[in-house]
Amino acid sequence: MTPGAAPLGKDLLALEPLATEQIQLILDTAEPFKEISERAIKKVPTLRGATIVNLFFEASTRTRVSFEFAEKRLSADTVNVAASGSSVTKGETLVDTARNLEAMRIDMVVIRHGASGAAQFLAERIESNVINAGDGTHEHPTQGLLDLLTLRDHFKHLDGVKVCIVGDVLHSRVARSNIWGLKKMGAAVAVCGPRSLLPNAIDEFGVTVFDRLDEAVEWADALNILRLQLERMQLGYIPSLREYNRVFGVTRERLERSKRDILILHPGPMNRGVEIDSDVADGPFSVILDQVTNGVAVRMAVLYLLSGGKPELAEKAKAGAA
Amino acid sequence: MAASPASQSRTVLDARALVRTLRRMADEIVELNNGTEGLVIVGIQRRGVQLAARIVAMINEREKAGVPQGALDITLYRDDLQTVGPRPVVGPTSIPVDIDGKHVVIVDDVLYTGRTVRAALDELADFGRPRRIALAVLIDRGGRELPIAPDVVGKAVEVSAEQRVDVFVEELDGKDAVILASKSGDE
Repeated sequence: MTPGAAPLGKDLLALEPLATEQIQLILDTAEPFKEISERAIKKVPTLRGATIVNLFFEASTRTRVSFEFAEKRLSADTVNVAASGSSVTKGETLVDTARNLEAMRIDMVVIRHGASGAAQFLAERIESNVINAGDGTHEHPTQGLLDLLTLRDHFKHLDGVKVCIVGDVLHSRVARSNIWGLKKMGAAVAVCGPRSLLPNAIDEFGVTVFDRLDEAVEWADALNILRLQLERMQLGYIPSLREYNRVFGVTRERLERSKRDILILHPGPMNRGVEIDSDVADGPFSVILDQVTNGVAVRMAVLYLLSGGKPELAEKAKAGAA
Repeated sequence: MAASPASQSRTVLDARALVRTLRRMADEIVELNNGTEGLVIVGIQRRGVQLAARIVAMINEREKAGVPQGALDITLYRDDLQTVGPRPVVGPTSIPVDIDGKHVVIVDDVLYTGRTVRAALDELADFGRPRRIALAVLIDRGGRELPIAPDVVGKAVEVSAEQRVDVFVEELDGKDAVILASKSGDE
């Protein structure tokens, strides 16, 4: 690491380009941040004076609220901009929206957008730090990180842990961030789902593919169960929700066939009775709510690490004034 | 003292002197508090935590008490976070008891500018409202930039700005010692 360089760079756009040490750094930094949310006064002054815009072009409750808590617990000032009710509906481009926000002297942008690559597009055009909160079917890096942290909490390490991602991998940015992150941390990764919902080039990801859930259950230490987006059925990817539940739904009966206790993760929101049964979601091996708790700590860690002092900006300001 | 030539180092406390000093500090803390009732000892990461643990063990042994111990990492409360480049590593904080109405003693290895202690006071305030907060330091090297004074001092040492005080503890460094070194020296 070159001295003086921020260990993460300006932005967090994806897990794919990160080095193992960088992911390690984020997870290790998240550890002490967990404690802050347990305090009576859940706030530290670290980002006092920093202004963060949460720019959400897609609906989100969990991720937006999680980011907002993370920002507020670090004492940043936050503004939420949703696509509906903003100038976006009047046809303003993404860059114009961001440049206008930046003209109000903001420090960071958290962006969720329906188009893959939107976060990077923005990051290349503005000076503020950009954090990707989900872009199209590309990546959702902070979700990947909170999944890694939750797995690491449970298994104490990630090396050699067998994780199977179950469901609609094709459309899932969560799956992509998980695959990259897990592989970099030395975990063994598999996917399981209907072939129509797996990417054609799944082999290039270097993961094991299970066509039957029973095989995945036999193999895995943990299942990360993806949400089945209900509109997939209308588009003909699966015959019916009942059919999907019968073949790929994670039920207690299925899990009991394994000799091992299998850890259950789900990024939410859940379709109970479709991809996951209530018995499993609320069962003793479910860490679904731990994921939510860890999400705040991981996002605090990312905000903290990206918010590095900016000596180069100070230099630039000096040059501009001269 | 003018700028001292490099590579000169001097032992301020050796292993035995360090233990003796901590023992005296432990006694002074108990005296200051009139016993161990309501006493909570909080070490500042990193070396303050090990020193606090030793002091607590000494007090508990002599006084047959169970003084609670905490650890404070003040990184997130530093006043220079806007200007330092890469983010400093954050260590664990744990305050295992309610500190409202208690007598909290902050333990740190070296007291210099006072900025760490300022940050620690701010952080403690987020955990509650102690009846009193006192400061115990192994080494007071002078050079304060804030109006902060220690209540218990292991050893006061005159140190110029060009010099550095290195505290080594068995638990982290494999040896107990306090060494005065020139800043441009090794490491």
